[in-house]
Amino acid sequence: MSDGPDRPAGQSRRGAAADRLRAFVSVSDARLLLVFAVALYGLFTLVSVVLGYNFNGIVDTLRRITFLSAIYAVLVLALNVQWGYAGLFNIGVAGFMAIGVYTMGMLSSPTTNTFPGLGLPLPIGILGGVLAATVLGLLAALPALRLRGDYLAIVTLAMAEIVRRTYRSPVFQEFSLGSVQLGTGGSRGMNLPENPIRTLFYQNPTEVGSPPNALGNVLFDTAAAIGIQPSVVEGWVYALGLVIVVGGVYWLLQRVGHSPFGRVLKAIREDEVVARALGKDTRAFKIKAFALGCALMGLAGILWRLSGGYVSTTMFQPIYTFYVFVALIIGGAGSTTGSVIGGAVFASLLFEGPNFVRRIVTGYVDVGAAPNTLFDAVAALGSLDVTPLVAYSLSDVNVSALRLVLLGVVLIYLIQNRPEGLLGHRKEVASPIDLTDRDAREGDS
Amino acid sequence: MATDADAVGSEHEPEPGTDPLLSVRGLRKQFGGIVAVDGATFDVEAGSLTGLIGPNGAGKSTTFDLITGVQRPDAGSVVFDGADVTTYRADRLAREGLVRTFQIARELSEMTVLENVMLAPRDQLGESLWRSVTPGARADVIDQETALREEAWETLEFLELEHLATEYAGNLSGGQRKLLELARVLMTDPTMVLLDEPLAGVNPTLETKLLERIHALRDRGLTFLLVEHDMDVIMNHCDPVIVLHQGTVLTQGSPSEVREDERVLEAYLGGEVDG
Repeated sequence: MSDGPDRPAGQSRRGAAADRLRAFVSVSDARLLLVFAVALYGLFTLVSVVLGYNFNGIVDTLRRITFLSAIYAVLVLALNVQWGYAGLFNIGVAGFMAIGVYTMGMLSSPTTNTFPGLGLPLPIGILGGVLAATVLGLLAALPALRLRGDYLAIVTLAMAEIVRRTYRSPVFQEFSLGSVQLGTGGSRGMNLPENPIRTLFYQNPTEVGSPPNALGNVLFDTAAAIGIQPSVVEGWVYALGLVIVVGGVYWLLQRVGHSPFGRVLKAIREDEVVARALGKDTRAFKIKAFALGCALMGLAGILWRLSGGYVSTTMFQPIYTFYVFVALIIGGAGSTTGSVIGGAVFASLLFEGPNFVRRIVTGYVDVGAAPNTLFDAVAALGSLDVTPLVAYSLSDVNVSALRLVLLGVVLIYLIQNRPEGLLGHRKEVASPIDLTDRDAREGDS
Repeated sequence: MATDADAVGSEHEPEPGTDPLLSVRGLRKQFGGIVAVDGATFDVEAGSLTGLIGPNGAGKSTTFDLITGVQRPDAGSVVFDGADVTTYRADRLAREGLVRTFQIARELSEMTVLENVMLAPRDQLGESLWRSVTPGARADVIDQETALREEAWETLEFLELEHLATEYAGNLSGGQRKLLELARVLMTDPTMVLLDEPLAGVNPTLETKLLERIHALRDRGLTFLLVEHDMDVIMNHCDPVIVLHQGTVLTQGSPSEVREDERVLEAYLGGEVDG
């Protein structure tokens, strides 16, 4: 704590190292993200080793972390455009994801599926899904943006639930449009087009036992030599594809944020009356920002489900919207880099973390059989025995409850101690050029 | 100051036959049972520094809101620069060149002074979403932004705010915020500026500076309509002066005419006025 001369040598060395790290990181956001990624991978490698995973298992853990972090990063970036930049309160994130996925599925799923799609090429499906999310965003925004912010929140929440329940409805489980058969699968969910990564590596991507093609052979053989299974290789390629998407979205939104467009959004968030008084047609700006965010949410939904090849409406409960908000609050609303970090912190530590904690605790400590009810677990506290409660919290079924408790604690801590989130304190100047230096010629290009 | 203002006033006597820049006719606004503005009718000549005064509750701020499209009038019309703008929203009016400031300075506190000022200019290329992200088009955005930055610095220098350029607007003092509002308004390249109590909460030194700047701008051809509580300011700087009372125009004329009008005195002392 003190910088006095009596500080132990080890502590000052640690302090110096921390200072060096801080200096290294403060140079650029790329460095910050790099250090963050290394730290995250380091942590999960350690956790995997503690859990006694083999090399394949460690690599697979890192794949899962990368995958989830990337999906959440795109979602948080999208919400940041709406809420962080323009102050638009969208609590229907899950609905915009859902319409993206289902539209993609209905356009591109094979016509031979139980619940058939149109069998169009995947890129058309993805584009269609993103467009559908954009259009739904416009529909929600047009009436609601004329009103106060709270109404937009209500409309988006309602819209998301309407979308989810429509896809769940038995009416649309199987239906025909003229002579074309379509289906959402209703409550049974629907199969999506084949994971595009499989088409890269297999001769016959739709068949389960298909032999790999030439590229697949080379990659799988190399991986097998270091003990990694083909499925993990596929997953990693998919995850790396996602990382590239995150990079692209990040690049796009950095440009949006650092532009006169972003400046108007910021002004709207601060005081819309002022923006209007200065001649800005704030409704047009809000609608554009909202639609852009919704398009990216649709894209995130598509990329999320495409890897699993299956979608059902239970994946779009309102709680997922809440998760994205938590991630944005952690990262810091208004910061693009913060959004990526917030998404990754949420996905890896808060969303996946409890599972790993459960595995570590149950692997090393015998907590005994979990009681059947929370009541039994709490009752044991009366005799000062905490083991039943621990066992109950860590049982398979209850780990998601543990996650919610953890989220609650983190949120309360953040709001009391760091309401601006990890990077929200950094006020990014909304201009493509350096405003502090009057004579600087060029900004980025 | 008084002589200065008188001289200015005589130079800019409205020429007979020219249309006024702003023409307000029979403006009316009712809130529940209260008639806030009741048939206000007046003109503002191009190039003038017109003052609008009136006791509390005379309807000055509501008149401002009705003119600038913040609120819709129940009846009456507003003609600006030859066009009927009664139904225009605030943003469209601002793009037409009629811009206002606020009674309580509304700085965008989380943005720097420069960002605040650079928000204002009209027709910025980078306000289009695709231009701000597309590589080729963004080069034009950057060029324009570089020019705007210079213009913004010059405006800040004119208002002696340049030492605060990179400061967050939320850290400015009350008077500096008023200057910032003026800087922002100027960057929109307006034809006419409506100033809502620009001197409220401003210390005397800054007040003199602000008034000097307003005169300088008027000499460049800008038209001002100024609402102010401070009678001295209005009487020494504005010509003509419009007196609003109970939502209608009680009288208007040169400061000396208004000063000698007994009805004005009565209105300020709270008496009922007939006629």
